[in-house]
Amino acid sequence: MFAEASTVAHEALSSGWFLEHAFLIPVIPAVAFALIIFFGKKLPMKGSELGVLSMVASLVFSVGAALQWINRVNGATEEQYIDPVIRSWTWWNSGGFEFGIGQHIDGLSLTILVVVAFISSLVQIYSLEYLRGDRRYTHFFASLTLFSAGMLNMVVAENMIQLILGWEIMGLCSFMLIGHWWEEGANSRAALKAFFTTRTGDIGLLVGTSVLFFSANSWTQENLGVSGFSIRGLSAWALTGDPSHAAITVGAVALFIACIGKSGQFPLHTWLPDAMAGPTPVSSLLHSSTMVVAGVFLVARLYPVFFEGMNIFGSGVNLITLIGGITIVIAAALAFVQTDIKKVLAYSTVSQLGYMMMGLGAGAWMPAVFHIFTHAFFKACLFLAAGSISHSASHHSFEMKKDMGGLRKFMPITFTTWIISTLALCGVFPFAGFFSKDEIIDNVGHNGYQVFMVVGLVGAFLTAAYMTRATYLTFFGEPRGASAGESHDDHDTHDAHDSHASHGPHESNLLITVPLMILATLALGAGLFNATPFGESWERMTKWVEPRSVVVEDMDHAAVGETRGVRAEEAPVGEEPHAAEGENGAHAKSVCGTSTPEKGTCYAPQLQHAPFKWSKAAMSVIIVLVGMLISWLISVQMYTKKAGFFVGLTGRNKLLALGYRFLVNKYYLDHLYEKVIVHGIAHPIAKAAYWVNQNILDGIVNGAGLVARRVAGWVYRNVDQRVVDGAVNGSGAVARGTGNALRPVQSGKVSQYGALLFAAAAVAGLVLIMVNT
Amino acid sequence: MLVNQFLILAAVLFCIGVYGVIARRNAVMVLMSIELILNSVNINFLAFALRNGSVDGHVFALYIIAVAAAEVGVGLALVLLVYRNRKSIALDELSEMKG
Amino acid sequence: MDILRDHNWVLSVGTFLPLAGVLVMLFIPKAEEQLQKAVALITALATLGVGVYTLTLFNYDRAGEMQFVAQTNWISVIKSTYYIGLDGISLPLYILSMVITVLVMIYSWDHIPSPGNPKAFLILMLVLQTGMAGTFISQDLILFFVFFELVLLPMYFMIGVWGGENRQYASLKFFLYTMFGSALMLVAFLALFFKTGAESFAIPYLVENGGAIAKNTQVWIFAGMFIGFAVKVPMFPFHTWLPDAHTQAPTQGSVILAAVLLKLGTYGFIRIAIPMLPDAAREWAPYIGLLAVIGIIYGALGCLAQTDMKRLIAFSSVAHMGFVMLGISTLTSFGMNAAVFGMVAHGLITGMLFFVAGSVKDRYHTLEIARLGGLLKQVPHLAWILGFCVMASLGLPGLAGFWGEFPAILSAYSPLSGLSEVTFRVYMVIAAMGTVLAAAYLLWLFQRIAFGEPKPEFGGHTSDSHDGHDHAGHDDAHHSDIHDVTVYEWVAWTPLLIAIVLFGVMPNLLFKLIDPAVAAIVTQIGG
Repeated sequence: MFAEASTVAHEALSSGWFLEHAFLIPVIPAVAFALIIFFGKKLPMKGSELGVLSMVASLVFSVGAALQWINRVNGATEEQYIDPVIRSWTWWNSGGFEFGIGQHIDGLSLTILVVVAFISSLVQIYSLEYLRGDRRYTHFFASLTLFSAGMLNMVVAENMIQLILGWEIMGLCSFMLIGHWWEEGANSRAALKAFFTTRTGDIGLLVGTSVLFFSANSWTQENLGVSGFSIRGLSAWALTGDPSHAAITVGAVALFIACIGKSGQFPLHTWLPDAMAGPTPVSSLLHSSTMVVAGVFLVARLYPVFFEGMNIFGSGVNLITLIGGITIVIAAALAFVQTDIKKVLAYSTVSQLGYMMMGLGAGAWMPAVFHIFTHAFFKACLFLAAGSISHSASHHSFEMKKDMGGLRKFMPITFTTWIISTLALCGVFPFAGFFSKDEIIDNVGHNGYQVFMVVGLVGAFLTAAYMTRATYLTFFGEPRGASAGESHDDHDTHDAHDSHASHGPHESNLLITVPLMILATLALGAGLFNATPFGESWERMTKWVEPRSVVVEDMDHAAVGETRGVRAEEAPVGEEPHAAEGENGAHAKSVCGTSTPEKGTCYAPQLQHAPFKWSKAAMSVIIVLVGMLISWLISVQMYTKKAGFFVGLTGRNKLLALGYRFLVNKYYLDHLYEKVIVHGIAHPIAKAAYWVNQNILDGIVNGAGLVARRVAGWVYRNVDQRVVDGAVNGSGAVARGTGNALRPVQSGKVSQYGALLFAAAAVAGLVLIMVNT
Repeated sequence: MLVNQFLILAAVLFCIGVYGVIARRNAVMVLMSIELILNSVNINFLAFALRNGSVDGHVFALYIIAVAAAEVGVGLALVLLVYRNRKSIALDELSEMKG
Repeated sequence: MDILRDHNWVLSVGTFLPLAGVLVMLFIPKAEEQLQKAVALITALATLGVGVYTLTLFNYDRAGEMQFVAQTNWISVIKSTYYIGLDGISLPLYILSMVITVLVMIYSWDHIPSPGNPKAFLILMLVLQTGMAGTFISQDLILFFVFFELVLLPMYFMIGVWGGENRQYASLKFFLYTMFGSALMLVAFLALFFKTGAESFAIPYLVENGGAIAKNTQVWIFAGMFIGFAVKVPMFPFHTWLPDAHTQAPTQGSVILAAVLLKLGTYGFIRIAIPMLPDAAREWAPYIGLLAVIGIIYGALGCLAQTDMKRLIAFSSVAHMGFVMLGISTLTSFGMNAAVFGMVAHGLITGMLFFVAGSVKDRYHTLEIARLGGLLKQVPHLAWILGFCVMASLGLPGLAGFWGEFPAILSAYSPLSGLSEVTFRVYMVIAAMGTVLAAAYLLWLFQRIAFGEPKPEFGGHTSDSHDGHDHAGHDDAHHSDIHDVTVYEWVAWTPLLIAIVLFGVMPNLLFKLIDPAVAAIVTQIGG
């Protein structure tokens, strides 16, 4: 046993060029951004080629690194902790400490890297066609490229400061991209709102980072030779049991506030639907793999901190689960009352992010991360399909009820990809969403969060229902509005180049459909990367990505190395501490995360995996199917019967028996649509939620702005201009008043002066005499 | 010593001078009155110098005479200029310095 | 050390070279405007050349100690000496003042504000340069005071002669306010001098001996210095001169004021007030921190209430200097590093913002936010530069502003031991909220000015007809003033823009310099 262990111990982890140079992945698009800005307009394709190329290059690097990582994992033993590939260079120093910039590459970052690079590439290719002829074509690609660079940088980040860098760059780019068509006030306001809302959340990021830094820095410097910003250091520190619980809780809550803002969680989700003002590829990128995923990623990245700080597993509810759960339902309910196809998808994104958060909060780390992975594909596909429709069929309108309908005949590819993605989103077996979403629900229940399992199932039901409704409105029934060829003058002409204006709806060209098809394929098949139902050998992602909760012994080893980042540059391979003792120790001691290891370091808490049961899966799939069915029936009734409804409506209504009344009521006119839902289950909630959304939450945001302006105005007028400035001016006024009072004395008459002089002298003389005698 | 007599003389001269400065409208008369004041001071200085047997008072008196000469020079020049500009040397008409 | 000694002439030359230029310019007739400009520019460039040479000579491994030290008798009656030197804190500010002067000269090439007279204008600017550089290298309190005051006069004339409509009021307010502060400061200097035994005005001497003064006395002396420096910074209740001065000053004046003059105050705190009076500093720190965070929030609120672009930027200075002062008030090397970085970053960014505001005024003859709009359409480059500066100003990571702001917030979590942690943590949260407000007012400004359609009064109507491929406004003959960034502007601005990115991406260029020097100061206060 021992001998075996020691041979294992010396088995070095493999590495490779791509893994070692993963930091280049964000650098490539960043450089491309600069090139596009400076030279883009002179290039034959106005800079877009640089954007696409850089993203493809990043993708190649990411995939290369991912393959080498898989190799690294496969070469390790079961019980071995897979060290992330960390490199670090000095970025700044202050107070005698050095702070680095570099890379922290492990399964999680590689998963997201591949997804981001992949989706970004496809979105850029798609944009080549979608924005053709746009007046700010070059700027668009520059922003898009920088946006991806920001996200990639956040993902490879070695420490919190670097992470903030990427995080904020994304915020900036979202501002530029959402406000891409800034000529219209609404768009620029949406951009402002997005930036401002996320920035509000960022208070938490700054505060949380500060709190964690000062709490952890001395420990990490001493034991790991890294700063208290280091992600690795923070992870290890959080699991030592050393941190004071107040500090880590405050830090975790503060960071989570930032995640709420960025990932559109309740109650800061209001910016996200407005962000649809941007061009569709932006929505696609923003909502599938970047920006909104950033918050979820941060929780997953610093999971030990949240695990300890939020007391995951410790009780039946914690902040992350709670927020996630609320978001799922609130957002899904809102999706029912939208008529804009992109807004349906936006709320759907919010809801899905809720799943991810809920999963993370309930200890279902792997399913949540896997859901990021699968969700990216089908959500990107859905958005791009919506864009395809508006581009080629509905004259740049996104109004489902006004301008769409019956498009399945005209746009077969868009239709097929949409359907596949919708099924994936709803979580129907065997589409990708099933493998991730169902796993989240399953694990949440397994980990003792039964209430939230129910929330998840309700969410799944709602998702199925609203997506069916959207699908019906878009692709079934008869074409309406712009899709039916009606001319539209009132639509924004931003998408420019209305070369299609005279044509009817038709399929988009290859630059649009090929990305759709690729994404649809993945929406169909990506679930196989971690197909729990098919047995353990299919759980590849779990093996590759989930950090192993192993007590890494031999802290001295680490400390001797001073900065492991530096060492990694020289000998990136042999970083794994000797597991000789670890092998014995790990079994002997308590697992990470539930209590302090006596010796050694943990980098990941011990998590559980729910055993897969077909019975449970079947139940959730049935719920989804029922949701679809109900929604389908309602939609069909409303739309197919609509035309003939006026005819004899009253007569039939009066004549038919009471037993039909419920059904008859379903035949109400289209304009009663809202009312039908009001009397359904979802609508009161949705209305209320939307009301809360628009009036209270949005109201608070707007009101806060208004109040701030009022207060600012008042303070400025009264305090600044009157009191503070008044004091300054006042002293001048006093001087002037005194001067005025004394003016008559200065008559200008010498004799009068003289008289005064002598009078004063006489008085002074008198006084002197009196005093002296 | 006849100190008192000197002091009384000086006081009388001083009062005449002050009266002149305050009451006369003619600038030249005012200047002359100032001379009177200065000379009354001189008398005081000399009286005490003689009484104390020190030379300080004499020195001071000489200084004052010199300064008074200069002062009259400047003063008369000013009066001349004022006269040239305004054709009058009545002091109560010169109130440009009024605040 | 010998090598250092051998080169100690560079500081004196770098400081007084502008005066040589002034001398030359005095002999050139007023009418020869181009020649005047050329001489002024060459002088400024030569000064910068000396500055760059200083950079190459500077021993970066010993940034914590004074280099190029020169000391000689000056006013021996009051034991004041001509004593100069440069360390890691002074160096960036010293060079910054030179760079800004050169850039302002370039900008002045075709932007002499009315009523013209480049001779006087440029001479004042060169005198100003001497004052600024001298302040940063002085190692003697009297010398420091002389330079500190020398700065005042040219600025007064710049505002008073070349300023806006309300220039008389603004310049007088500026002058009186600052003089008031200086007077108290001088009293404090004298008190310090006598309390340390009337031996010397040399800063190192006073730093060494100031700590021995009784704590009560220290607190009072500190109060005098505090007012003197706080007016200059300007801190919250003493800031009201700033918006007026900035609004009325010509563009060049605003730039210099924001970029360098405001730093004289914070520099004074770091170099003089805090190390000389450590006990008092500890006593005062929570109050300074309080005023700093009030300034952050208050400045931001002030910004939100503004209708004038330049005034808004001026108010934003109050908020930004609040971050700097918050960093200083922690009395830790973390905080002071952030403060010095913040000073440089604010100099670059706000200087740049004032440049842009000046150019907008040149083109549109108004800075009324409500009247502007659609700049991105009419003057795209100018508007993008504005956008860039706005982003830098609100502390976007990767640009210089971040490294002044975030570490300052960070440092407030853990002030010098002995200071109340709770208090400073509250400050930290308030300051973090300030960053959101900063985003609010800056982006709001940008949205209203740059986005949307140009207003009809500036030819916005022409944009309706264009087909979306090019920028409107060029074809409008009625608004010939409205043109995009000129060559002179590009030349003047590019270095600043590059510096903002460079320091943002590689903050260590500065931190490495500052850190040892700050560490030397922090040891004085027992940190």
